Amino acid sequence: MPLVEVHDVHKSFGDLEVLKGVSFDVRQGEVVCIIGPSGSGKSTLIRCINGLNNIQQGSIKVEGQEVNDPNLNLLELRKKVGIVFQQYNLFPHKTALENVMMAPVKVLKEPKKEVEERARALIAKVRLGGKEDVYPGHLSGGQQQRVAIARSLAMRPDVMLFDEVTAALDPETVKEVLLTIKELAAEGMTCILVTHEMGFAREVADHVYFTDRGVIVEHGPPEELFTRAKDERTQRFLSQVV
Amino acid sequence: MFSLIAPLFQRLYDETGLNFIIFYDRYEYDRFVSGIAISLQLIFWSILLSLVIGVLGAWVQTSRSRLLRGVVNGYIQLFRNTPPLIQLLFFYFGLGAFTPQVDMGGYYEPLISSFAWAILSLGIFGGAFNVEIFRSGIEAVPKSTAEAAESLCFSRWQTYAYITLPLAFRISLPALTNNLVSLAKTTSLAYVISVPEMTYTLNQVWSDNINVPEMMLVLFLFYVIIVSLIAAGLHWLEKRLALPGYGR
Repeated sequence: MPLVEVHDVHKSFGDLEVLKGVSFDVRQGEVVCIIGPSGSGKSTLIRCINGLNNIQQGSIKVEGQEVNDPNLNLLELRKKVGIVFQQYNLFPHKTALENVMMAPVKVLKEPKKEVEERARALIAKVRLGGKEDVYPGHLSGGQQQRVAIARSLAMRPDVMLFDEVTAALDPETVKEVLLTIKELAAEGMTCILVTHEMGFAREVADHVYFTDRGVIVEHGPPEELFTRAKDERTQRFLSQVV
Repeated sequence: MFSLIAPLFQRLYDETGLNFIIFYDRYEYDRFVSGIAISLQLIFWSILLSLVIGVLGAWVQTSRSRLLRGVVNGYIQLFRNTPPLIQLLFFYFGLGAFTPQVDMGGYYEPLISSFAWAILSLGIFGGAFNVEIFRSGIEAVPKSTAEAAESLCFSRWQTYAYITLPLAFRISLPALTNNLVSLAKTTSLAYVISVPEMTYTLNQVWSDNINVPEMMLVLFLFYVIIVSLIAAGLHWLEKRLALPGYGR
C-alpha cells in the first residue's frame, strides 16, 4: 500500500481553481520531487497533504487514513507528516534546542530528558552541534532551515514534506540544506519535495512530477523526465531552468 | 521608620509651619500607610484583571464566531467611549444598588465592597484597551509562524499560548506600558466611590488639618514614584524579552 495516495484532488481559492484533478502515489522510502513553474499549485498540493489547506474534491490518504475526512484527528495526521517551509518559520523566542524540543514536550507530553537527548542528536545530525542555545535571529538562513528540519524530525514523522525549502536561501547555504535532505533520503525517509533545484531533484528523486496550471503534465524517473520529456510544456520549462 | 522621621517633620512644622502631619502624627501616619497599601493593591488587582481580560478578549477576537467577536467589540466600544469616572459611578451606584446586602450581625453591608467595585470597574476599563493592544500584537505575528506550530500538532489553544501570545506580548509591550501606566494613574478616581486609597486618604487628612498644599505635594510625589516604578519595571521587561537578533 502506498504511504501517501493523492487521487483526483481539486482545490480552489474562491473562483481560482489551483488544483484541477491531481493524482499520484508515494511509497514508503520513496523520494518524490514536484517541479513546475510558479503558480502551478505545487505548494498548495503538499500543504493539502498535512491538512494545512483543505480540498474541495478528491481524496488524499496518508497510511490509508483520509485527510479530507471532517472527523479526522488532525493532530494524529500531523504527527505522521512533517513539513518544512520556505521561510523556516522557527519560533524566534526560543533557542534552537527549544525549537526542536517544544512540540514533543508540550504536545506529545514526552519526558523532557528523553526529548532533549533526541533533540541534541538531531541538531548534531543536521550539523549544528554547538548551536543548541543560539536563537534563530542569530542563525543564518541555512542554519535556521536545518533547525526547522530537525524540529520536524523530532516528531518522528513517517513522511516529510519540503515546500521550496531552499528558495529563500543564499546560494552558499543552499548546499548545506540539500545535503541534510539527501542524508535523510538515504536513511530511507519518505520525502515529498517541491523544489526549483533541478540538479538536486535529478540526483535525489526516485520520481519527478512536472505540474503546470493545476495539473500533472508529465512524470517519471528523473533520468527520463530530464532527458526525454515528451510534453512540449515540460520541455519548455526544463530548457528555461536547467 | 516613623520614630526616625517624626522628630524631623515635627521640627519642620514648628519652625516653618509646613504641616506634613502624616510624618509626625501616629494616627495620621497609620492612615497614610494604609492609603499606600490600598492604592498599591488597587493598582495591582486592576492591572491583573485588565491583563486577563486583554488576553482572553484578544483570543476571542481571533475566533471564528461572529457573535463572540461582536460581543467583545461591543464591550470595547462601550468602555473605550465612556469616561472611567462615569464607569466607576455607574458600577458603584448603578449596579451596586442591585447587588445583595449581607447581614453582618445587626447591620448590612453590600456583597461587593467599593474596593471590589473599583477593581472590577478599572480592570474592565483597562481591559478594553488591552484587548485592542494585544489584538494588534497578535495580528503582527506572522501567520506562517503560527502555521508552523499547527503543523507540529499544536492545537489552536496551544499555538496561542506557546507561540502567538508570547510573540504578541513582546510586540505589544510598548503600547501596553502606556496603557498600564495610565490605568495605574486612573485608580485615583476610586476616590469618588470612597475607596480609602491614597487620594481619598490624603483628602481626609487635609480636610482635618487644613494643610492642602503639603498633602497635594505628597500625593503628587506618590504617583510620580509609583508610576515611574511601574514604567521602569515594564521597560526592563521589554529589554529582557527583546527577541535576540531582531530589532535593536
